[in-house]
Amino acid sequence: MLRIKNLDAGYGKLKVLRRISMHVSAGEIVTIIGANGAGKTTLLGAISGLLRNRTGEILFEKKVIQHLSPEKIVFMGCSLVPEGRQVFSTMSVKENLLLGAYVQHRRDRRHDAHQDLDRMYSLFPRLREREQQLAGTLSGGEQQMLAIARALMAKPKLIMMDEPSMGLAPLIVRDIFAIIRKLREEGNTVLLVEQNAKVALGIADRGYVIETGRIILQGQADDLLSNRDVQRAYLGRDLDAEVKLS
Amino acid sequence: MNIELFFQYLVAGVTYGTIYAIVAIGFNIIYNTTGIINFAQGEFVMLGGMTAVTLHAFLPLPIAILSAVMITMVIGALIEITFIRWLISPSVLRMIIITIGISILVREIALHIWGAGVKALPYFSGTAVSAISIGDVHISPQVLWVIGVSAVMVICLNLFFTYTLPGRQMRACSANRDAARLCGINAKNMVTLSFVLSAGIGALAGCVVSPITYVQYDGGTALAIKGFTVAILGGLGNSMAAVAAGLLLGILESFSIWVMPTAYKDVISISILLLILFVRPSGLFGSKEAAQLKEF
Ligand SMILES: Nc1ncnc2c1ncn2[C@@H]1O[C@H](COP(=O)(O)OP(=O)(O)OP(=O)(O)O)[C@@H](O)[C@H]1O
Ligand SMILES: [Mg+2]
Repeated sequence: MLRIKNLDAGYGKLKVLRRISMHVSAGEIVTIIGANGAGKTTLLGAISGLLRNRTGEILFEKKVIQHLSPEKIVFMGCSLVPEGRQVFSTMSVKENLLLGAYVQHRRDRRHDAHQDLDRMYSLFPRLREREQQLAGTLSGGEQQMLAIARALMAKPKLIMMDEPSMGLAPLIVRDIFAIIRKLREEGNTVLLVEQNAKVALGIADRGYVIETGRIILQGQADDLLSNRDVQRAYLGRDLDAEVKLS
Repeated sequence: MNIELFFQYLVAGVTYGTIYAIVAIGFNIIYNTTGIINFAQGEFVMLGGMTAVTLHAFLPLPIAILSAVMITMVIGALIEITFIRWLISPSVLRMIIITIGISILVREIALHIWGAGVKALPYFSGTAVSAISIGDVHISPQVLWVIGVSAVMVICLNLFFTYTLPGRQMRACSANRDAARLCGINAKNMVTLSFVLSAGIGALAGCVVSPITYVQYDGGTALAIKGFTVAILGGLGNSMAAVAAGLLLGILESFSIWVMPTAYKDVISISILLLILFVRPSGLFGSKEAAQLKEF
């Protein structure tokens, strides 16, 4: 579904990503894990078209998309839930969702919007209760749910999420991951960027580990979970200490 | 001052205040979608008035006004497409210089086309001397036209921004441009649309007010300063507050004639502008929360 070949990207003279190659197949949950500043957000920016400064090849459903604008890429069915929620804070929850459906509107599927809205409200019942509230006054967790729901309103084939668990309480993180799993069961494809490596690898099929702009490891999620380097660096387990203790 | 005179001043103040408010709303629309303060805003008012006067030579008044508004909207779009659209994240200072440049350019072209003479549309109903009398207060019907048309414009704009798809998209762009693009909204087209809208309301205001204030090729500059004062006074980006601030400035100016020479009238707005910028840059009605949750 998504295939990236030798992608380089950066900001001005600063090169952040170097020779990234990866792919996501239909129906998968793929996670990208890495420390702060590794370049995860940059990678999603490059795929979504927000970041123009990039070379290499990005294919979405076998079509080259690296020269397209974000609007066109969304229209093709590749949506991003950006880092840090980014809801339209001066607009109501419902307006946010309807704007998310604009792509559907352009596809002449505008009549589905109400059905989709209902679907989002059953997926995120809290949003229904707060339909008329300004998005900026929602709690962090609710804003994250709104951001995800807004992206889903576009009926994407691939949904990319940038750290959906950032700054949220464990209970809400659990909710959100349950929803991601549900999305996959409904046949969606998810590319999930996370610092919370344990949970992310827990629900993913495959994973990539990215460090200072390079992919240093990739494989099945289970293999990564049991990989010693991954455990030491991202799962917070100090193996040496454990060895000493035992 | 007797009560009749008081009301006469009040009505004059409200009339001018309405126009200031419309210019300020024009500022706000563009500011909200782009973060740009378009100093050529006053030129739209002038262009509307001038074009309508020219067209009225061979077209009936309503059609002349309608065409003038359309033409000014097209000019607004062209200005955006030629001067603004291709800029990639320009600095604020650069934008200010560009829009001031545009305003000078438009003014010079207007001087070339229409000359330096003063022009005006005829009164929409009645003549310069006809008046509606309420007790001893006499109001020119044109004043009612100005206030009425402006009020309808403000209501229509509100409906536009609240209920229509392009209106919502423009608000989305002003709330979060990147997120709007990720919803598939073409942010550049929204910027063009904001110029078209601002040009349109400016031009219409220029038409309705021209019988009272007259139009001249350089009339836009003074209006831009007044409108900018009002926009700042109300809190940049806040169009409802701009209406209140506009009326306030208009009325203040109007009553100032009573205490000081007419020549000092413009001093008021400049002083208010400076004072607000120093003391309360978020505007009279702006609060910190409002600045965070900015709304039309
Ligand atoms: N707009 C920008 N301009 C310049 N440099 C940037 C910009 N955004 C990010 N960077 C740099 O690019 C590098 C990668 O940043 P990126 O945001 O992609 O990291 P990340 O993996 O998403 O980190 P985090 O987990 O903290 O979100 C960092 O060194 C950062 O300083
Ligand atoms: Mg990031």
